[in-house]
Amino acid sequence: MTPILADLVERARVAVAAVCDPEIPVLTIADLGVLRDVVGVGDAVEVLITPTYSGCPAMGVIQFDIELALAAAGIPGRVRTVLNPAWTTDWLTDAGRDKLLAYGIAPPPAGGRRALFGVETVACPRCGSIETGVLSEFGSTSCKALWRCLACREPFDVFKCH
Amino acid sequence: MSPLQRFTLARADDALVLGHRLSEWIGHGPILEEEMALGNIGLDLIGQARSLYQSVGDEDQLAYFRGAGEYQNLLLTEQPNGDFGHTMVRQLFYSAYADPFWRQMMGSTDPTLAAIAAKSEKESAYHLRHASEWVIRLGDGTDESQARAQQAVDALWPYTGELFAADPDLPLGTAPDPQTLRPVWSATVGAVLNRATLRVPGGAWMQSGGRTGRHTEHLSLLLAVMQSVPRAHPGAVW
Repeated sequence: MTPILADLVERARVAVAAVCDPEIPVLTIADLGVLRDVVGVGDAVEVLITPTYSGCPAMGVIQFDIELALAAAGIPGRVRTVLNPAWTTDWLTDAGRDKLLAYGIAPPPAGGRRALFGVETVACPRCGSIETGVLSEFGSTSCKALWRCLACREPFDVFKCH
Repeated sequence: MSPLQRFTLARADDALVLGHRLSEWIGHGPILEEEMALGNIGLDLIGQARSLYQSVGDEDQLAYFRGAGEYQNLLLTEQPNGDFGHTMVRQLFYSAYADPFWRQMMGSTDPTLAAIAAKSEKESAYHLRHASEWVIRLGDGTDESQARAQQAVDALWPYTGELFAADPDLPLGTAPDPQTLRPVWSATVGAVLNRATLRVPGGAWMQSGGRTGRHTEHLSLLLAVMQSVPRAHPGAVW
């Protein structure tokens, strides 16, 4: 890579890492693990992103926002979607998990998906109680489930474990 | 089109047709939470269909400009929604197959299919749990809900044989042998129906034809609705 291209890639990395998820605007695509890499191709950059969920409607918006961020920084480039390796909630950074919690969304429970008839424990993001229960496995977006806290009586979103 | 592309197209058709069926519930769900659940599951399935279509060719062309005879989806997926219990039983039968299917597909020698499978497997696990919980709740519910759930099990049962039809032209290692999925499916469905106090139908006679484009009359009506806008305005964008 030429020094000029290397500089371009570095600037592009900074520019696109700040793009936010349109549905959870406290998370950047870097926090979320949707941003896989920025590489130099010829005299332009290629931004590699991966979808969180197969049908996630935010992907189109994210791609558009990346293109806008590149254009605003005056960097020629394009976006490419890669499927492999598949995104899982493990790609969410620790900073991302903290931001989710502060925003009122319980981060994905550690330890993976529960068994067909198992139960899981999720702490209320507001009061911290584990006296909580699931209202619906399918919430306001494909990545979230709807729970409620039996202690403080507030409903809250849980980022689903994938 | 290679045998593997035909195979992929058929799985895309499964996901699109069932995803469209679930989208028909929007505005008609029994409660708000279920309305969102059905919409979300439909969205997952349509997302899976898009990834699969894109790996074969132009997704819009494949989804909107093929007739019923060219669709290769399972007959199960095109069956009308019926009542909520009927939709949940259909979803159980499909998800109990899709979940182990995608898990095995993660080991496919085709890297694109393996990557699509790795996403789909996580989604199908949620779909299976959701459908299982509802079938148990309805079967083990009131006399009315149990009778309706049993009716749905009996009506949809003849469409489950097709799930395990072999595709002898596929290159070895690209897809699981469907016969290996059958015991997994039978165990899951058996366990759920048992907990739901529902009877496993005894009939061995099974419908088939979806994989070769011979469909029930329901598919052409579904396609007529789904394809009407792109066919009236080909190439339109917004």
